[in-house]
Order: sequence, then structure tokens, then C-alpha cells
Amino acid sequence: MLGTRLLDALAGPHGVDGYLEQIRPTWVRRECRARIVAVEYGTPDSATLTLRPNGSWQGFRAGQFVRVDVEVDGVRRSRCYSPASAAVGHGDLELTVKSHPGGLVSNFLVERACPGMFVELSEADGDFYLPDERPGRILLISGGSGITPVMSMLRTLCAEGHAGPVTFLHYAPDPGRAIYREALERLAADHPNVRLVRSYTREPGAGELDGHFDRDRLAAAEPRFADAETFACGPPKLLDAVRAAWEGMEKRLHVESFVPPSFAPASESEGTVHFAASGIQAQNDGAPLLEQAESAGLEPEHGCRMGICRSCSCRKREGRVKNLQSGEVSSGEEEDIQLCISAPVGDVVLEL
Amino acid sequence: MTATAMPDAPAAADAGEVTLLPEQLDSLGEEFDAIRQRVLDDLGERDARYIRSVVRTQRGLEVTGRALLLAGFLPPAWLLGTGALSVSKILDNMEIGHNVMHGQYDWMNDPKLSSKAFEWDNACPSDQWRHSHNYMHHTHTNIVGKDRDIGYGVLRMSEDQRWTPYYLGNPVYAALLATFFQYGVAVHDLEVDRLAATGRGSLSEKRELLQGIWRKVRRQTLKDYALFPALAGPGFAFTFAGNATANLARNLWSFTIIFCGHFPDGTQEFSEEETAEESRGQWYFRQLLGSANLTGGRLFHLMAGNLSFQIEHHLFPDLPASRYQEISGEVREICERYGLPYNTGPLHRQFGSVVKKIFRLALPNRDGDAGTQSAAT
Repeated sequence: MLGTRLLDALAGPHGVDGYLEQIRPTWVRRECRARIVAVEYGTPDSATLTLRPNGSWQGFRAGQFVRVDVEVDGVRRSRCYSPASAAVGHGDLELTVKSHPGGLVSNFLVERACPGMFVELSEADGDFYLPDERPGRILLISGGSGITPVMSMLRTLCAEGHAGPVTFLHYAPDPGRAIYREALERLAADHPNVRLVRSYTREPGAGELDGHFDRDRLAAAEPRFADAETFACGPPKLLDAVRAAWEGMEKRLHVESFVPPSFAPASESEGTVHFAASGIQAQNDGAPLLEQAESAGLEPEHGCRMGICRSCSCRKREGRVKNLQSGEVSSGEEEDIQLCISAPVGDVVLEL
Repeated sequence: MTATAMPDAPAAADAGEVTLLPEQLDSLGEEFDAIRQRVLDDLGERDARYIRSVVRTQRGLEVTGRALLLAGFLPPAWLLGTGALSVSKILDNMEIGHNVMHGQYDWMNDPKLSSKAFEWDNACPSDQWRHSHNYMHHTHTNIVGKDRDIGYGVLRMSEDQRWTPYYLGNPVYAALLATFFQYGVAVHDLEVDRLAATGRGSLSEKRELLQGIWRKVRRQTLKDYALFPALAGPGFAFTFAGNATANLARNLWSFTIIFCGHFPDGTQEFSEEETAEESRGQWYFRQLLGSANLTGGRLFHLMAGNLSFQIEHHLFPDLPASRYQEISGEVREICERYGLPYNTGPLHRQFGSVVKKIFRLALPNRDGDAGTQSAAT
């Protein structure tokens, strides 16, 4: 105890981590960092990364996601990914990233990630996970990159020697672009209670089923679906169809939505400004956020009011803003912005 | 601002004061805006790697310096240790601290390099620095009565400051300020001079500021003058002396560089009336005329935190300072075209003129003009 306090006093103001991380980025006590130890390419547009976290990693429940911070061209970006490895212990994690057209981080990871890089991890989060008391009959439904959390569930169940029947229903365009195709076939071969049902929407006949999800095809895949605890993850269209089929039985259905990033433009005089810390909302009137905050009765810190001194720098949690000096519109990511020269473009959530 | 100078008239650069036409000010603003946007668009991995390597160097030097000073009873260890620690404190104060707190690296989204969170290795609390420097000094640069960096509340650095017999001690106050600069900077935001002169504000209002200063000063003093010497055991006096010398070295060096930024001959001060409701071009104009550069090699610029490019820094305070050198040629060319002075010179000459100014202003103005402004309003 005294030793830590002494160390903190000696290492102030940068902190012990400020020195340790110069030797090795994962040698920090207060943050969870991971080193990429392996990168594999199962399909042409995806990369499977193996991450080795440091001692701060607390593990995860099968199906949860982590927020991964990675630096791309000097700027730290944050994205959420679901580990696909079995949720056993605090060891290596496996993430599979699929590149999205125009996606900054996904393309960076698929094209440039390599062993030796470091990322920062948040704690595992999310309500979509296998309950501690494993259900007897389980149905796992996924589409595209939504396979990752349910893959973790399947691997965890197999590692535990789960005896009950598990049906794995997966939708992909064709076998060449099906993530984890070989791994799934191996698992099904090694575990007689696992039934693999794939539908390749662009190559009919290649899988056990054809076409997109609907109730009849579901019954063909798993006749006893109404008795199973079902976990579904994938694009919105798939999940809408799944929810429709489960009408009246929602209690046994758990859903996680994977929405690809949207770049739809919004108008500069629409939307709402949410001041999250104050619990206040205001209609966006296109004025700089500093003025809008003041009109809403708040008193944010400010200085020069012309974009120089950064006194009004504030965390934007969500939404896009336009820099009134340069005209540039930011991405929707979490970042610090200068309130005096930023105007909302659509909805914005500020930590104010 | 009256209309007298023409864009192709070089004589204006040597006249007492320089002015530009409104259209010239507008196009000046546009030209500088263009440089700024171009650099902003270009920021990326190269800049991130640069600042990280400077931080890495600083941390390495600090650990080395402190380790060597534990064996400070050996003269070579003391000399090298003190030297390493001095350089570490200078880098932390100038190239890293001052620049990071300006928000020059906020675009990286790295919490360790965020202007709001960074805390530097000296007696001044970072949040108070950000207020007195980023906001007060950079917005009101060289406006007498508003820019408190003119004299730091204790010195007379402008003819426009009204002379009183107190200022006969100008050189003494300057020497004291230089020696104990980190503490002078630490109490800067308190505006003690304003309290004394106008009675405005009271110590109870300043309570929060005082607590912040006390906390920071206490932590730094404990670290440098109690804990590290204690670690050295019997050699504690050597460690103490080494730490004190390193702090002194940083104080004197940063004082020198900083005072060269705005006080050499040829820099201009402005009045509050002149600068009410400035346009962007007028703002650039005032920043330019209130600043002066220092010439030197790359190592010199690094140690100066690139404040040797004070002109570029005042034009673009939130661009990474490591970019100032590459745009300085362009800035200089623009100045020539508009007939504006580009005040630059070697350290000994610029600082020499600052020292002369300190002595000269210890006495009343020659022409009997008593100065129009008191030090604090």
C-alpha cells in the first residue's frame, strides 16, 4: 500500500504507467491493452486477429462485445467487436473483422493489421450472452459477420462438453465468403450434438438450406425451435424476419444487432442536441454548440469563442458536427470538439 | 487601423508602426487560413510518431537522470544526472507540455496527449495554465492592460505601462522571476497584481485557485526535494542539489526563450480600443507584429519547444509546433509581400535587446510620456 503511494508520488505527474509503457505498451496497470499475436485470413474480405491481453483483462461471457481502440494514421479510433473464441479463462481473444466499403477501421485491420501491433480494450459489455445456467436445447442464428458472438457461444459450449442439442443456422452469400466455414465443419464433426445448417443465399444448393430466412425454412432446420433458447445476431433484415417468426414467443429469443456504419447525410438544421450530463435536450437551430448550450440555460466553460484557446473543448459522445471554420464535417465517433466553432449536423449527444 | 501602407512598399517595415488596408487584411487572413487548413489536412501518423518519440526521450532522460543522481556523490554521475534531468524537464515543459496543452495533438484522440488532461512536471497546475495562457495570453496577445504576460504583473516591459518608482527594481525583479520562474508561472492565474492595484477580487474568491496551486507545489516539492533525496540515503544532499539545479536550469532557459518571444526590439504593442472587434485578418496581423523568432539549428528548436518560431506559433497556436519550421518560409514570404516585418535573430541578439529593454524601462520614458496604462486594469 505504502509502496504504491510512494511509487505514485515519485512518478508524478505522469504516473508509473507513463514510464512502464515506454518499455512495453502492455506493461500498464490502469489500462487493458492487448498485443496482436497472429493474423489469419479465412475469407477475401475478413481478417481473424488473435489478441493477447495484459493482466487487466477480466474475461468475457460468450456473446459479449468489447470496445477496441486502435490508432489509424495517428488518430485513435474506437470500434466494437465480439470475440469469437470460447469464453474460458483470461487468455487470448479471437476477433474476426470484416471490411466494410468505406469503413476506416475495418479496412485498416483487414489490410494492415499485423502481429506486434497494440490495441486497447474496454471491459466486456452487452446483454447478449449465454446464461450461466446453460439451456438444454440451443439454437444459434447468424448472418455475415454476426457470426462472431454465436461462434463464441458454440465454442464455449463445446469446450464445456455441453450435451444438449445445438443447432447452428448461418446465412452467407456463398461458401467462399462464409467466415469460419472450416472451423464450424470441424466442430460439427467432433461433436455429435451440434447440427450445422447453412444457407448460401447466392449459391442455392451449396448449403443445407436455400434462400433467406423464413418460418418454414426455419422449421425445416430446427423443427423444435419453439423449445430452444435462441440467440440471433446479424444484419437488420435477418433479425426482422427472425423477430416476426418468434412473435408470441419473444421470451426465448435473444437478439444482437450488427448494423454496418451508415454514411447517410443529415441536415444542418435538423435533429436534437442532447446534453447528457445535464439531462437536457434542445432542438438544433444550426448555431454553434456553445451558443445552443447557453440558450438551453447551461454555462459551459469558454474562452476566446473563436476556436483558438480550447477552453470550450467538450466530449461529443455521438453524432456528427460541422467545423464552422473549415467546413469539415466530422465522423460520428466519440471525440473532443470545440463547442464555439462546431455546429450539429443531425442529432448530437454531448457530455455537458 | 488606418489606411496608409501599400502592399509593395517595403519602407513600412522600418517605420515605427505598421498598418494595412482593410482589403489587405482580409486577403492576409485568407492566405494564413489556407496554410492552416493545409497543415491540418496533412496531420497523421508522422506527427503522432514524432510526439511519441519526444515523450519517450523525455521519460528515458528523466529515469536516467534520477537514477544517476542516486549516485550523485560521484562527480561524473552528478553532472550527467543533473544534465539529463534538466533536459528532461525542459522537454516536458516546452516541446511536450506547452504544445500538448495548446491542443496541438487533440486530434489524435489519445487521452495521454489530450490538452484537457495533460499535467506537466513543474509547479504550475495545468488547468490554471490553460486558462492564463491559451485563453488570456493568446487571445489578448500584446494588448497592454489585457495581456498579463506583458510583465507578468511584476515587470515593466512596455513604454505604454505607466512608470512608478517601483519599477526602478525592474532588473532585480526580472532576475528573481527568471530564477523562480516555475513559481511565477504557477501563481500567474491568481492575478495578484490585479488584486493589489485595484482591490478587485479577494483572496476568498481565489480560494479554489490557491488550493490547486498549493496541491501542485506541494507534490512537486515533495518529489524533488524530499522523496528522491531520501531515496539516495547518505547522498541526499547531492540529489537535492541536482534536482534544484535541474529546476533552475529549466526556469532560466524557459524564461529566456519566452521573453525573447514578445519583447525584442521591433515588436509592437496594441491598445484595447484598437483591437475591439477584430476581423480574422486583423487578429493575424496583431499576432504577427507582437511576436519575434529565434534562429538556430534543429536541436535548438527542439529545446525551445519550437517557441523559437513564436510568430508561427502565435499565428497557428493549435498546429503541432514541429510543423512551424516547414511553414516559416511561406510565412516570411507573405510578410515580405505585404510589407510586414518578420522579426527574427540569433538568441544572443534577441535576448540582448530584451535585457536592454528591462533596464531601459526601469526608468521613466525619455520623452516624458508617462505611459497611458497601468500594469493591471
